[in-house]
Amino acid sequence: MIPLEQVIALSAALFVIGLVGAVVRRNLIVILMSIELMLNAVNLALVGFSRAHAQQSGQIFVFMVIAVAAAEVAVGLGILISLFRNRDSMNVEDVSLLKW
Amino acid sequence: MVDGAIASPLLRWIPLLPLAAAAIHGVMLGLLRRTLTRGGVIALSCGAVIASFVLSCVVLGQLVVLPEGQRLLIDSLYTWVGAGRFSAEASFQLDPLSAVMILVVTGVGSLIHVYSIGYMDDDHRDDKGFQRFFCYLNLFTFSMLVLVLGDNLLLLFLGWEGVGLCSYLLIGFWYADRWNAYCGMKAFIVNRIGDFAFLVGIFLVFWTLAGAGHPTLAFRDIQAAFPAIGEKTVTLPDWLGFLPGAPSWRLATLIGLCLFVGACGKSAQLPLYVWLPDAMAGPTPVSALIHAATMVTAGVYMVCRLSFLYAAAPGASAVIAWTGALTALFAATIAITQTDIKKVLAYSTVSQLGYMFLGAGCGGYTAAMFHLGTHAFFKALLFLGSGAVILAMHHEQDTSQMGGLWRKLRFTHWLFLVGVLAISGFPFFSGFFSKDEILVTAYAAKQIPGHRALYAIGLGTAAITAFYMFRLHFRTFYGMPRASREVMAHAHDPDNTVMVPLWALAFLSIVGGIVGLPQVYGDMLGVKDSNSLANFLGPVLGHAAHEVPHARELGLAGFAVGAFALGLAVAWLLYLRNPELPVRLGQALSGAYRLLWNKYYVDELYDAAIVRPLVALSDLVLYRGVDAGLIDGVGVNGPARAVVGFASRGLKYVQTGLAQSYLFLMLLGAIAVVGWMVR
Repeated sequence: MIPLEQVIALSAALFVIGLVGAVVRRNLIVILMSIELMLNAVNLALVGFSRAHAQQSGQIFVFMVIAVAAAEVAVGLGILISLFRNRDSMNVEDVSLLKW
Repeated sequence: MVDGAIASPLLRWIPLLPLAAAAIHGVMLGLLRRTLTRGGVIALSCGAVIASFVLSCVVLGQLVVLPEGQRLLIDSLYTWVGAGRFSAEASFQLDPLSAVMILVVTGVGSLIHVYSIGYMDDDHRDDKGFQRFFCYLNLFTFSMLVLVLGDNLLLLFLGWEGVGLCSYLLIGFWYADRWNAYCGMKAFIVNRIGDFAFLVGIFLVFWTLAGAGHPTLAFRDIQAAFPAIGEKTVTLPDWLGFLPGAPSWRLATLIGLCLFVGACGKSAQLPLYVWLPDAMAGPTPVSALIHAATMVTAGVYMVCRLSFLYAAAPGASAVIAWTGALTALFAATIAITQTDIKKVLAYSTVSQLGYMFLGAGCGGYTAAMFHLGTHAFFKALLFLGSGAVILAMHHEQDTSQMGGLWRKLRFTHWLFLVGVLAISGFPFFSGFFSKDEILVTAYAAKQIPGHRALYAIGLGTAAITAFYMFRLHFRTFYGMPRASREVMAHAHDPDNTVMVPLWALAFLSIVGGIVGLPQVYGDMLGVKDSNSLANFLGPVLGHAAHEVPHARELGLAGFAVGAFALGLAVAWLLYLRNPELPVRLGQALSGAYRLLWNKYYVDELYDAAIVRPLVALSDLVLYRGVDAGLIDGVGVNGPARAVVGFASRGLKYVQTGLAQSYLFLMLLGAIAVVGWMVR
């Protein structure tokens, strides 16, 4: 059985990778993918803890997260397509009109 | 419900009918933005008040068939205020005192409603004016009836404030003229001063009774509980140590004085009378109904209603008697020099109200009520007569522009003369009997310090009254016409809606004294118990405690007739025989003349001592300092400016529009929170 520490370490590594990607990359699709990565890192942590505590609620949470993530991707991609049609660009710096 | 009292469900309709009429007018004007036709307004308003009058006569009939001493009708509607053991009922009671009042209010009120039809007809300033006027007039009638029918102090106060409101609305009826609006506000604010003390008096009554285990404000309960608490005393604070009897005062005296200050405001006594002469800015029917016949007598009614309290508070009664006498003299002297026909009548009203308080203060509550009734007749007659003159003169009120009108206004002239004779105390007119009653009461009131001086003041005032009333009559109707030829050519008696109420009131002014015919005349005519008013009111107000021998009473009446004759003779000498003499006299006594012409400079004094400092305080300190400076400036605008400055100069640059910078800041925030949690 894989010890909890290793599961959490992997989860943390995946989360940080996703976070850095979301902060530093400029391509919107990559940012979206990075967010998915963070969500799945959290899923991994939830499953790990669920097993370690022998409780099922963590796994139920994971299903919820997967469902919400799927919906979020659908909406996010829809926004991206609309944006690309209007702006001819996938660069996050080109959509900074909403400011002071 | 009191044992032995008889329920009479008719009673509620007496005030509710005028209220219903006022409500219909109010809803139409205020919500539906429509006006009734002229006929509709007349039918609704006059119909409601006349129906009230008929009902009043019916309930009076129910009342008089009851045996003396049990004459009390009750109509309880619902519990108006219920708080713990305290409750105030919305309940009307009719006893002889209330019966006299509702007859005066609805009777004179009906006549004045009818008169208003003709008087307000030529008012074209405002197309809704006709209906608005009758709306207010009905509302006033309702409030006044609540005031006199209410069975507790709280209901009396409701009516008291209601009539004050209607007075304000009607004084400022032609509000487009700023002066009228100003006069309305003056009346309202001066009345507030009195009402403040009145409220304190009500609280004191409640506090006293609640302390004795009777948390109530109903008149019958106050009266029942009163002997037990009447002897209680209060300790005055040190700074009131100069008052006679200080530091320990009987509570009854304190309550009586507080309530009387309220009466001073409502009934225009010294030092709060200043609003009444200015109240003449309202239409003339209003001056007649509210500012002569009914509302201003509310204070007298209140004193009579609580006569058991004042009878137990000789100190308060003495203050009332002296205030009344001094007001009577003071106002009468001012009336001597005034030339505005309505101003003269206004000061004469103040003076006559002073007589009523003189009578009530001396223990002659029935005499005060008698004079209240007769005064309502002849003063309403005089005001309505002056209104007829004003109509004929195209809203000219200055008697120096009149003169010689008797040729043009023949009926008005005779009717006005009846009013003048009645108020001056011409023998066997109504005012003669009622004024004599008061003077005799004052003469015999041994319990009041200086009662002979009070009598002398009253008698002197009677002479002055005769003088200024005849002066007014002579200047208006006799001598050379001073109005322009064109105005004189068109002057004529008004039409019937105006004249019929005058006839009715003139009739009442002549014969109204019969109801209170003093026994001394009754004996001459062989009538037993001739003073039916006193006998009717006796169970409520108590019979006059002191009897003056009949020969002495006739002698006093002789003095009063002498005073009348003196006033008439001087007026005749000055204004008919030698019309140039008053001018010379005014120049010879220019100091006294100017003092009286300027009404003793009381308005100027109040203006300088109270109004201006108060306005300055309100404007400079309260408005500019506290409201604009502190609350608006520091309290409201201060934080707003601070937030705006900080946020717009610095914080706004955080919003870059770059989603990733937000994400990065979120990351920093999360790190900070986690760092704080694991520290």
